[in-house]
Amino acid sequence: MSLRANVVEVSVESSLDYVELIQTLSDNITRMMGFDADTSHWIGMSIRESVVNAIYHGNKSDKSKRVGIKFEIYQDRLVVNVDDEGEGFDPGSIPDPLAGENLMKPSGRGIFFMKSFMDQVEFLPRPAGGTRLRMTKRMHSILEGEKK
Amino acid sequence: MNIGTRTVDTVTILDISGKITIGESSVELRNKIRDLVKSGQKNILLNMGDVSYMDSSGIGELVSAYTNVTNSGGKLKLLHLTKKLHELLAITKLLTVFESYENEQQALQSFRK
Repeated sequence: MSLRANVVEVSVESSLDYVELIQTLSDNITRMMGFDADTSHWIGMSIRESVVNAIYHGNKSDKSKRVGIKFEIYQDRLVVNVDDEGEGFDPGSIPDPLAGENLMKPSGRGIFFMKSFMDQVEFLPRPAGGTRLRMTKRMHSILEGEKK
Repeated sequence: MNIGTRTVDTVTILDISGKITIGESSVELRNKIRDLVKSGQKNILLNMGDVSYMDSSGIGELVSAYTNVTNSGGKLKLLHLTKKLHELLAITKLLTVFESYENEQQALQSFRK
């Protein structure tokens, strides 16, 4: 694999119907890259959560708005961009799901899972409007194995 | 997702299989718990051994189910957590909330205390 990223890009309407498809795509890409099964599972879950957030919280389930998913495949890492066409998002406004008063709330754990399972999670405003969620997962185990 | 229902002594055991994710499967579990609570069931054991996948909505449904059953004076416990579900409950600190068992007889016994 060259140092230049291979890119897989899809754009879907704001419907849960596409969540399984995106997750299957993620599973295939992460396995092809050599992530172990558990890591692939957690990456897939993080992407799933981000797409669901883009549909519900970003695009407010407006099917005329798109969710863009871009996989950037590098030799040492996977970068995933999930774009919505919403009105922007303040990540600081998300309550801590581990705080005592939030522990028994039925929602509010999606971003926490992304941050738990990915190495880097960034929320970036898109120039055209909406939010880009950018997640990175590095291939620690493979790199460590190569050093031995 | 499929939900099988068994009753042992005073305990209703729900054998759940498949995915518990956002959408229909989460709603199905919510409705099942709501119906059991309405019918007066106090002791509910969720057998999670065949749950292949859960997302944050699925975790949210477990929390709602626990709250619903507890508020009606009942007990909701978990059986046969998968490794991945155990990890999700651990990092969300929900293992400190849910009582979980690896053995069905021990789980049933716990309701008699």
